[in-house]
Amino acid sequence: MTNLNAETAYAGATASEAPKPIEKVSIIISKGSLDGVYPGLIMANGARMEGIEATLFFTFFGLEAVINKRMDELKVSTVGNPAMHIPTMIGGLPGMSSFATKKMKDEMEKLDIPPVREFIEMIHDTGAEIYVCKATVDMFGLEEDDFCEEVDGIINVGTFYEKSAGAEIIFT
Amino acid sequence: MTTEKIADRQIEFDEDGFLANREDWTEELAQELAYMEDVGQLTDKHWKVIRFMQAEYDEKGDAPSIRKLNKESGVSTKELYQLFPKGPAKKAAKIAGLPKPKGCI
Repeated sequence: MTNLNAETAYAGATASEAPKPIEKVSIIISKGSLDGVYPGLIMANGARMEGIEATLFFTFFGLEAVINKRMDELKVSTVGNPAMHIPTMIGGLPGMSSFATKKMKDEMEKLDIPPVREFIEMIHDTGAEIYVCKATVDMFGLEEDDFCEEVDGIINVGTFYEKSAGAEIIFT
Repeated sequence: MTTEKIADRQIEFDEDGFLANREDWTEELAQELAYMEDVGQLTDKHWKVIRFMQAEYDEKGDAPSIRKLNKESGVSTKELYQLFPKGPAKKAAKIAGLPKPKGCI
């Protein structure tokens, strides 16, 4: 199959302009559901596995993934999610979210995807840095002690951009 | 597919730059590959990871995930990144003479 994408992107470019490999990523996690948190974690870990530098930045409800009391309790959202193939009215019934969460966790375990706490620890062990958003911390009335020990600091947006110098920023 | 001369032998590599034929793999070649990958002199810890990866590949048909490596080989994630800087799963698989790992984790 011909790669139209590559043909379009490099039409007119000379041979010396080969695409540069990605060296650094900054991944923002802004959602607090299980399905909202995992893609960012998988991408951060995957980056480190490829030798790419990675920084994780948690903001808004994404903070749930690094709050000690909450990170083991994240749930899949069954309401307003057409891809779940559960009618919204039924998705809203008590127990549906827990049921879907259990199913998803079982499937992930089969694929060797660790639970959130273990995943955060693993990503931090790879050398990736983990930060939380100061505005959200203030808004939710949180303190440093509320977070798991892997969190490297509470930083503002400006610092986030400074730390992201030379990085691709990925918002999830 | 490319061929490279390593330690007086013609060695074939696949399109990902991984060993094309597992039969070509020897401990000496592993050490040469380790130098080429900037891993340097292989230590007992490196060998532990390499042997574990080979055993896992022979059994399951794919290289193990970092999580599995860490849980079952007893080498921690931190150590793994120190042993094989810049991409442990890929580098260890390459040195072990295995194809590029397929998994995401």
